[in-house]
Amino acid sequence: MTDGLLIEADGLGAVRGERMLFSGIHLTLRPGEALVLRGPNGSGKSTLLRLLAGLSQPSVGEVVRSRPHHWLGHRDGIKPHETPRQHLRHWGRAWGSQKKADEIAGHMGLERPMDVPGRLLSAGQRRRTALGRLLLVDRPIWLLDEPFNALDADGRTLLTELIASHRESGGGIIAALHGDAPFKASREVVL
Amino acid sequence: MISIFANPHRFMALSRWLAPACLVIGVVLIAWSVWQALWIVPQDDYQGGDIMRAMFIHVPSAWLAMGSYMGLALASFVWFIWRHELADMAAKSIAPIGAGYTAMCLATGAIWGKPTWGTWWLWDDARMMSVLLMFFLFLGYMALRAAMDTRQKAARAGAILAMVGAVNVPLIKFSVDIWASIHQGASVIRMDGPAMPAVYLTPLLIGALGHLIFFGALTMILMRAEVWQRRGDVIMARKLAGG
Amino acid sequence: MRSPSPIRAAFRQALAEAWAGGAGALLPIGFFAGAAMLVPFTVGSEANQLAAIGTGVLWVALALASLVSMERLFQADLEDGTLELWAQEDCPLFLIATAKILAHWTVSGLPLVLLTPLIGITLQVPADQLLPAMLAYGLGGLAFFFWGGVAGALAASVPRGGLLIALLALPLFVPTAIFGALAAEPGAAGPNILFLAASTLFALAVAPFAASAALRLAVD
Repeated sequence: MTDGLLIEADGLGAVRGERMLFSGIHLTLRPGEALVLRGPNGSGKSTLLRLLAGLSQPSVGEVVRSRPHHWLGHRDGIKPHETPRQHLRHWGRAWGSQKKADEIAGHMGLERPMDVPGRLLSAGQRRRTALGRLLLVDRPIWLLDEPFNALDADGRTLLTELIASHRESGGGIIAALHGDAPFKASREVVL
Repeated sequence: MISIFANPHRFMALSRWLAPACLVIGVVLIAWSVWQALWIVPQDDYQGGDIMRAMFIHVPSAWLAMGSYMGLALASFVWFIWRHELADMAAKSIAPIGAGYTAMCLATGAIWGKPTWGTWWLWDDARMMSVLLMFFLFLGYMALRAAMDTRQKAARAGAILAMVGAVNVPLIKFSVDIWASIHQGASVIRMDGPAMPAVYLTPLLIGALGHLIFFGALTMILMRAEVWQRRGDVIMARKLAGG
Repeated sequence: MRSPSPIRAAFRQALAEAWAGGAGALLPIGFFAGAAMLVPFTVGSEANQLAAIGTGVLWVALALASLVSMERLFQADLEDGTLELWAQEDCPLFLIATAKILAHWTVSGLPLVLLTPLIGITLQVPADQLLPAMLAYGLGGLAFFFWGGVAGALAASVPRGGLLIALLALPLFVPTAIFGALAAEPGAAGPNILFLAASTLFALAVAPFAASAALRLAVD
């Protein structure tokens, strides 16, 4: 928790194939902040987010994460046979969550499809389940890749509220977005 | 030491004359040993008559087959630890040449085996089996690299596989030796026979040296092709990015 | 559900997935029995002949059946995004990979081993050999699954990677197959079962690290 920074990235650069996607990216995230990554398709928003999450190693530069983080990628991480209830219980066990999976599913508006296997869920329901994962344990950093995708109007409101309360409780968010941000961003990083 | 070879510019400058020089020296030495083997060296009934002349190809290719897998594993290890691009290029280039030498070793072994054993192939021969497995390791390595979608991924996957194979090679060798010892193994070459007279040994060793130099030349040529390929890719990428 | 237990969670999830995945557990069993069933048709049904090759046939069938589930073992996790989540855990990835391989072995490897006496009888393997052979199949099958797991992890990002997995894994199966066949052979005295156990331990020691390096590559 040096200087209260959640994430500090210095001089990040990424190469895909022979092409330099981006270089010289500096960014910091403090408690309560929300950073938005912007750029056209193929500009490397997802790649940058994956570098910040530690899924890929940067070609140059380094990332320092001082606190644990949650990840929400393009793919929701839900198995075809898993119901939302089973999914949340599974990660609750893996992470040692104190919370009840059913309550979180209820909060995410998943009462009805609670016991429907993942392959039969709609994209929005899968996304809500994946977002429910973020509530299982408190982790100060949220890394979200296009989190509003596939969500209906209710879902967008729900996520906006989640983001707001996460920031109020001292968490930080980095999100890759296209389109308008339904929440007030602290800063934008344009790629 | 490694960093001297790790510089692609220095490698290109060096290999520009070293590759053709090695090619010429290697071919000359191989040609001399083949000439010796086919026309000069007396026939040896102990090793199976005229067919033993295949030894002058068979033995060097067996040595190179083993050596090239070690080279592949070493280059992969260097790339995995230090990420020197040239080490990856070396690994990529060694694989098809090593596979070629293992195939040559198996082919000459079979040709030699037919009149000596009365069969093209004996499963009991530990050395043949080890070389055959080496051949499969090379094939797997090349297939895995080809299946990856970017160069960086091909390098990483190849390095992991080559190192897994390398730690398994002693175990494979040991198990195959035990297998052969139980099944009364016969061997084409009897290294424990009477000491090999100089008239055989000299052409054999000169030939092996020639194959080694030839192997080095081929590796450098393929590596040079790889450097050019990557330069071409960079130019293409720049054109695409610049529009 | 208090303290974090990612390894147990990964094991449970993999078990559930293997059961749920469209008769995933039955598939290797069907393959195993089917491959063994072809043998009498191809080499002849004479009892002496079958008895001589019975244990060996079971080794080949076991090795091939072990490969059947390897293609989806990690590829499914990569496609649905689960692998990304595991790769960001504090828990070392090689332990997760081990848990997954063991879960798949429990569902689709162990049943094969339990089935060997039954198929062995039909292949005229002498009755007194069946149980000692089962121990060898158990040890060998575990090694097959771990080496197959490395190949499956390396080929996780390759569409239709089944053939590639076979090409990568089969050379690594050789020591296990040799020691296993010798251990199951009647009258072949010697420490072959110990050699088999040692080569399985070697697989347990090396394969998880290789698989985890390959998985990091797959999520990159």
